[in-house]
Amino acid sequence: MKRKMEVSELIFKIIAYFFLIVFAAMCIYPLIFALSSMFSDWDAVKESKVVLWPAGKLQLDSFKYVFNSSRFWVSYSNTLFVTFIGTIWCLIYSILGAYALSKKRIMGRHGWNFFLVFTMWFSAGVVPQFLNYQSTGKVMSTIFAGSTNMADIDLKWLIVIAMGMNATNIVLLRNSFEGVPSEIEEAARIDGATELQILTKVYIPMSKATIATVALFFGISRWNGYFWAYKVTGAAGQSYSWPVQVYMRDFIQLNTSLTGNYNQDLADIPNIGEATSIAYAMVVFAMVPILVIYPFIQKYFAKGVNMGGVKE
Amino acid sequence: MFKLKCDDFLDYDEATGTYSMSAEQQVRDETERNKWKTTGFTLLKDWRLYLMLVPMILVYVLWKYLPMYELTAAFRYGDFPTSSDRPWAGINNFQTVFVGDQAVYFWPAFRNTFITAFYGLLFGFPMPIILALFFNEVKSNIARSIMQVCVYLPKFISTVIVTSLAMALFAGSEGGTSVGVISRLLGKISSSQTLHDKLNDGLIYTTEYFRSIYIITDIWEHAGYDSIVFFAAVIAVSPTSYEAAQIDGAGKMAQMRYVVIPSILSTVIIMLIMKIGGLLSVGYEKLYLLCPGSTYGNYAVATVVSTWANNLSDPINQAYGIAGEMTNNLIGMILVIGANTIARKASDVSLY
Repeated sequence: MKRKMEVSELIFKIIAYFFLIVFAAMCIYPLIFALSSMFSDWDAVKESKVVLWPAGKLQLDSFKYVFNSSRFWVSYSNTLFVTFIGTIWCLIYSILGAYALSKKRIMGRHGWNFFLVFTMWFSAGVVPQFLNYQSTGKVMSTIFAGSTNMADIDLKWLIVIAMGMNATNIVLLRNSFEGVPSEIEEAARIDGATELQILTKVYIPMSKATIATVALFFGISRWNGYFWAYKVTGAAGQSYSWPVQVYMRDFIQLNTSLTGNYNQDLADIPNIGEATSIAYAMVVFAMVPILVIYPFIQKYFAKGVNMGGVKE
Repeated sequence: MFKLKCDDFLDYDEATGTYSMSAEQQVRDETERNKWKTTGFTLLKDWRLYLMLVPMILVYVLWKYLPMYELTAAFRYGDFPTSSDRPWAGINNFQTVFVGDQAVYFWPAFRNTFITAFYGLLFGFPMPIILALFFNEVKSNIARSIMQVCVYLPKFISTVIVTSLAMALFAGSEGGTSVGVISRLLGKISSSQTLHDKLNDGLIYTTEYFRSIYIITDIWEHAGYDSIVFFAAVIAVSPTSYEAAQIDGAGKMAQMRYVVIPSILSTVIIMLIMKIGGLLSVGYEKLYLLCPGSTYGNYAVATVVSTWANNLSDPINQAYGIAGEMTNNLIGMILVIGANTIARKASDVSLY
């Protein structure tokens, strides 16, 4: 028998629906705003007439400008490079390390765990980290370019190997590996599997959801990373290795009034409405890959986050 | 006759009245003697496992622990060209930061760090819990999935894009442009004189409104995604608990109070610990993007310890920045360890 809904329950439900719909709409509104502004008339953009839908006469010029901008695509390919190679690199050392840490028989297990977790508690700070990247860059250029000038090497590689570390991800992987029953490992060992085979043939297939989640976290942080890439490439004056986020911010700072301190004489594009519309086009281009893969991985990360849980 | 009480390691021979080493003790001694041999053996047997650990440790030593070595610069004088020449300064740099020339910049930055984080926690922390409770009310899976897809999305948008869009929506009228959409809306619905005065400066660049906008964008970014954990805890509540409460005559509010909240409390505490632990490490990337330098109108409220340190570039001042930020991070570490200890004592849940 269906129970009659009480008044308090009904009111609660209405509030819940209203709140959620408003919040969900708020979450996607800025993205629709960017998309609309990209196709809106330049004067409409300048006068902030775009509210939700494109305002004024529709134009494709901003889209075309970004599409034909070689600097934008150079930075875009840099970001693709950093995201793919960087994510694979982070996954390799994280999975190997997490697998070793998940084994009870490893010596100094608590010590290694502390070594990892301590970096979540305490970080040296912005300036020491920057000094460290600078000296790492010098060492790398001594090895690969034979000079002590950081700008002589392609700093994309420094971004790939030295950035995007995340101890939480390793803990997630470790917890997931610990959840694999040890009987399966023993069975594989009796069948003559080596350590690496056990990892690749048993543990990785059994932790697919967590690995997908962690790969997603690494990938997203790589794609979105700005600060350190900006600091390191900026210090070396190497603009050809800028990721797209750095290039986009530079473009917005130079050509639009959004970041304040606007100076029309310095801008590459004198028409501020046009420049702002182009900036929105860049924003949309930079979001596309995330929006494309997002629906497919969405179910994974919700699962992975809960599975990883928090425990020691 | 007097007999020693030493059964655990000696055997007593009644006939001769003498003691001899017990068999168990001999095994124990043997193990002790071979301890290093067996250790070596296990290390050797599992060498692949240790080899797997090497890349991770190398990466963490190079880029997480070596920067900590750079912290020694906080204890050296900065005014020498190369770092090896710099004489030790003891706590001089810290004195300059806390009570000396830099104090007028450091303490406001520290205060901003704390206030920004505190307000962020106060307004930002309940939001994902509310979302999770509300999601539980949506019984249609399709409707809920659509809403969830929308609210998780901002988490994956880059800081550069988030800040640019926030700047656009709260824009002023610089360079001949018009006031941003949300600013205009606020101007229409609000009668506050300060708001109308500041509208053209861009609300995001004013000391009055910067913090609110920062916290709103922060909630916009994280609330949906953070609700995943709470939602999992809410749906784990058994339906029989609700039924039992309903039979006892509990209304919706009473069910919340006595069924749902106690069930998700441990999750809430863990998440609160995590947030308190991160209290003093507010997102410097975002704050840097919103306020890159002292020429910005929001500098007085937007500068936190990290961005203040980042803005000190020459070697002399760098030492002050390092000293100040190190203090900030040490307090942050004490906070997370303290919160964790309290939680462990209070409710048997802890993170580490």
